[in-house]
Formats: sequence, structure tokens, C-alpha cells
Amino acid sequence: MTDALTRPENARSAARSDVAPEPRDRRRTTRPRGRRVQARVVSVLKHAGLIAFGFVMLYPLLWMLASSFKPNALIFREPGLIPTDVDLSNYTDGWNALLHPFSHYLINSALVVLGSLLGNLLSCSMAAYAFARLEFRGKRLWFAIMLMSIMLPIHVVIVPQYVLFSQLEWINTFLPLIVPKLLATDAFFIFLMVQFFRGIPRELDEAATIDGANHLRIYLQIMLPLSMPALATTAIFTFIWTWNDFFSQLIFLTRPEMYTVPIALRTFVDSTGNSSWGSLFAMSIVSLIPVFIAFLFGQKYLVKGIATTGIK
Amino acid sequence: MSVIQELSRGRKSVSARRKGDGRWALLFLAPWFVGLALITAGPMGASLYLSFTDYDLLSAPQWVGLENYTRMFEDPRFVNSLGVTFTYVFVSVPLQLAAALGLALLLDKGMRGLALYRSVYYLPSLLGGSVAIAILWRQIFGADGLVNQVLALFGVQGQGWVSHPDYALGTLMALNVWTFGAPMVIFLAGLRQIPQMYYEAASIDGASRWRQFRSITVPLLTPIIFFNLVLQLIEAFQSFTRAFVVSGGNGGPSDSTLLYTLYLYLKGFGSLEMGYASAMAWFLLLIIGGMTVVNFLASKYWVFYDD
Repeated sequence: MTDALTRPENARSAARSDVAPEPRDRRRTTRPRGRRVQARVVSVLKHAGLIAFGFVMLYPLLWMLASSFKPNALIFREPGLIPTDVDLSNYTDGWNALLHPFSHYLINSALVVLGSLLGNLLSCSMAAYAFARLEFRGKRLWFAIMLMSIMLPIHVVIVPQYVLFSQLEWINTFLPLIVPKLLATDAFFIFLMVQFFRGIPRELDEAATIDGANHLRIYLQIMLPLSMPALATTAIFTFIWTWNDFFSQLIFLTRPEMYTVPIALRTFVDSTGNSSWGSLFAMSIVSLIPVFIAFLFGQKYLVKGIATTGIK
Repeated sequence: MSVIQELSRGRKSVSARRKGDGRWALLFLAPWFVGLALITAGPMGASLYLSFTDYDLLSAPQWVGLENYTRMFEDPRFVNSLGVTFTYVFVSVPLQLAAALGLALLLDKGMRGLALYRSVYYLPSLLGGSVAIAILWRQIFGADGLVNQVLALFGVQGQGWVSHPDYALGTLMALNVWTFGAPMVIFLAGLRQIPQMYYEAASIDGASRWRQFRSITVPLLTPIIFFNLVLQLIEAFQSFTRAFVVSGGNGGPSDSTLLYTLYLYLKGFGSLEMGYASAMAWFLLLIIGGMTVVNFLASKYWVFYDD
């Protein structure tokens, strides 16, 4: 599965469809008519089951979307999706329910995401280049350390990190959330890019070396341009994970003007209790929209990314 | 394919080539080395030290030896939280993986609409860790929530699931099972790696579909099952957001949703018992590490490697 990223998806499925249907067709011609009808019925039932299951799975999300347009009282009475009374006041109320308008928190989250994106793309690709293309002493050991750091729970380092960052007076700034990304601490992405770089033919670097290019130029002008799929996967995962991240933002951001979207939402829950689900739902929907858009446009990379490296 | 395979491959990949790019490597790895020292390894060492001290952030750490560790097992809230976490992990992860595997098997036949089904089932995995979904969960399983509204249609009188100590943890487990899409995608990728010719050969030999499933699909999929198991267990042990939001930040009702990391957070950043929290963090690392080692050892008996 190491090469799932490098091999184009359509080539694989094309190869499959060349092979797969043939024996099935042969079987089908020898099969009696009754069996064929039976297979048809099974297939229709299967699709019906899969669709029903998908609908049930997504129902809570759809219901939250529908409820965000309903007056509060209806949320507790209407399990259906079509609102009997459409009302945008949940959005306007929710937007202004906290100390700052919700746009303030969206911008904060966007800043953290942007910094993390730049950090991960740059620092992880650099480290990956070293592991994929350079020979140096202790490489295997460092590589093993890098792999193990992927599995390290953040809780083991969070207390001293907090102490360090508070001594630097970085608490209530975005630096504790961004600087670690500039230092390639999301080792998962190093691994992802190492896997990808290994699939790029070495002949390309060798040709460039003969032409007098050094490693910096090979990295910038050969590896990075050829690694767009891996960089895109990194960008999308970084975006979604940082946007959803709660634990570290909860710890490092305590002043309301620094709140990001997840922290703002959590404060919203605390301040309203169970009284204004409508506006809470409305802002939750707002917070999910960027993730949903990333999912729509980045699906291909997301699926390949998980298939290659196995982390959601 | 995976981190795990890379790690277990170990010594085979020794490169006996010249070690000539040292300076370049230093340049390219400079950010990572600094990060390792200041953000990862350094703090790891520091938290190990702090775990043997009393530390409240305001005054200097006081050495107390193993006290934090012995205290854990005399702390009823800690023992309870350990039980809650184990229940959560060992009930929800197998269910989640069973759902993932079941759906992957249903989907893997080059069937029509595969990409669409995959997307629909995968979406919850992307959203499941967010505060927004935790908020939704809290409403759905509340006294007047969606679940009870639906039950009422059938004349069943539900109750406040998130506010009942017997059921609150179940709602969190349901959330974990709901995010089966990510392991499902990995299973789908694994199923594609099984060469079609194995099935053709088996058909020629007259093997039934059930027999093919048992003798080809299952054995060749065991490395993927193993991989998903290790990964999802590690992840489940660290669940935090859902417990925090659904319980309103305290792990209630009656500590029934007090997952390990939530208690750690409350101790470390709520009451500033940072020495105790560090000890808990190291004990968590020990649990996760130990569990992973046991998994690897056990894998010799059930995971089948082709090569």
C-alpha cells in the first residue's frame, strides 16, 4: 500500500475493470434465468440497505441543519427535516451572542490554520526530503524516533509545553499553536511525504546533480513540484485537524478575544445552557462549513491520504 | 504501507551507502531537530521529572518521589476514570471496526456508486472530533432530544440519556462507532490489494464464496485489521472533546463520562496539580505503549503476512 499515493487511482480501477467483469459475464451466461433475477433483487436490496444506512448516519447532521432554521420551541418537538416555520434569527442571534461577533472567532481560527498550514508544508517537506534522499549518520535511528513521535500522546508533553510557553509569555497568543508546526512536530506528515518522495524516480535527481544542481535546488525545483498530491493531502488534513482541534486551543487560549471557533462554541454552550439550541446549532453549522467544503474539494486526497498512512 | 510496518521492518533497511550528505541533512532537518528538542523530547523528559514532584506552576516543583503514582490508585476518581476509559475503549473500538469491516466488505465489488457511499460513510469521521458534533450529540441524547422525539413516535417514553449515569457513556461510545468511516476507507484500500487471481484460482478449484472469504479475504486482510485495531485503540484512549462538551466539562453525571484525558485536564489545568497530571500522562503512555506491545506480540498468532 506504500504506492497507493503514487499510483493514479483511475489507472488502477481501469485495470480492475478490465479483469473483473470477464469471469462474471461468463458465469452469467451459463446461469439460469431465475438465478439472474435473484442476483438483481439482491443487488437492489443491497443498494436500498446501503442508502437507508447512509441516511440514518447523516440524519443527525441534516436534522441539525434543518433545526438551525427553526424557532427554539420547534427543535424539541419536530424530529422531521422540513421546518414548518423558517426563521433566520438563530443565525443573527448566534452571531452576536458572545462577547465578540462570531466572525472574530472565525478569523482567529483562520489565522491559526494558516500558520499551521505554512508550517507543516514547509518544515515537514524539508524533513521528509532528508529522510527520503539524503544519506547521513544515524539516519535509521532518527527515522525510527520520528515514526514513534507520531504515536506520542500530546498529554505527555502538554504540561512542560505550557510552562515553557508561559515563560515566553506566549499564552493567549497563537504562537504555541503555530510555532510547533514550523518545527515539524506533526511527524505524521513527514512520514506521508517520505512515502511519496520515495516514489519519485531517483533518475530525476541524478540528472539534476549532473547538471550541477545542489540539494536545495533539487528539493525546490524537482521534489516539491512533483509532490503536489502529497502537499495537497497535508494541506487538507492540517486544515481540518487544526480547525477541529480543541484540547490545545482550550489550554493555550483563555482570553475571549483570542478564542477560536471551537473554544467560542464551548463557551456558548456554557453560557446558554439548554435555552437557545437554535442559535447554538446555527453557529455549529457555521463552524462545520469550512470542514465540509474542504471535504468536498479534497476528498480524493483525503481518501488517498488515509489509505496510504492509515490515520484519519 | 504503514508506520507499523516501517517500525517492524527494523534492521532490514540498513543503507550501507556513503554517509556523505551530513551537512545537507543538518540543514533540512534543522527545524525538526529543534522541534524534537524543544517541543517533543525535552518536554517529555521534563514531564517525567515533574511526575515525581508537587508542582502548581506558581512555586518551584517539590520532589515527592513516587507519591503521585501511588496516590493515583488511592484516588477513587482516578480509578473510576480508568474503568470508564477502558469500558469506552474496549466496547466502542471493536464495534467501530466491525462496522468499518462490514461496510467495506459490502462495498468492495467495483459496485455502482462506490465513491458516493464511501464519501457519505466517511464524512462523520472528519466531523466527529469537533465541538459542533459534540454539541449536537448533547442535544440528540438529551431529555427532549431527537432520539426521544423519534422514540415518542413509536410510543416509547425515553429519558435524558446524557444525564443518566448508566447511559451517558453509551452516547459517547455511539459517537465513536459513528466515526467508522476512516478505518473503513483503510479496509477498502486493503481489499483492493488482494490480487484478483487468488479468487479466480479458487473459483476454478470450486471453492464457494464463503470459502473464498474465509480462506483468502480474511487471512490477507488480517494485517489491515491489526493496523486499524492498534491505531483506533491508541486514538480512543485519547478521546477528550466529546466527553468534555457532552458532560459540560466535568465528566458527569456522577463521573460516568470522566475519560482519562478529561480527568488529566481537570487535574493539570483545573486545579493546577501539574505534578499529578504529569504522572497521569506518563501512566497513560505506559498503558498505550503496553497495550501496543501486547498487540504486536499477540499479532504473531493471528496476523498473516504474505511475504
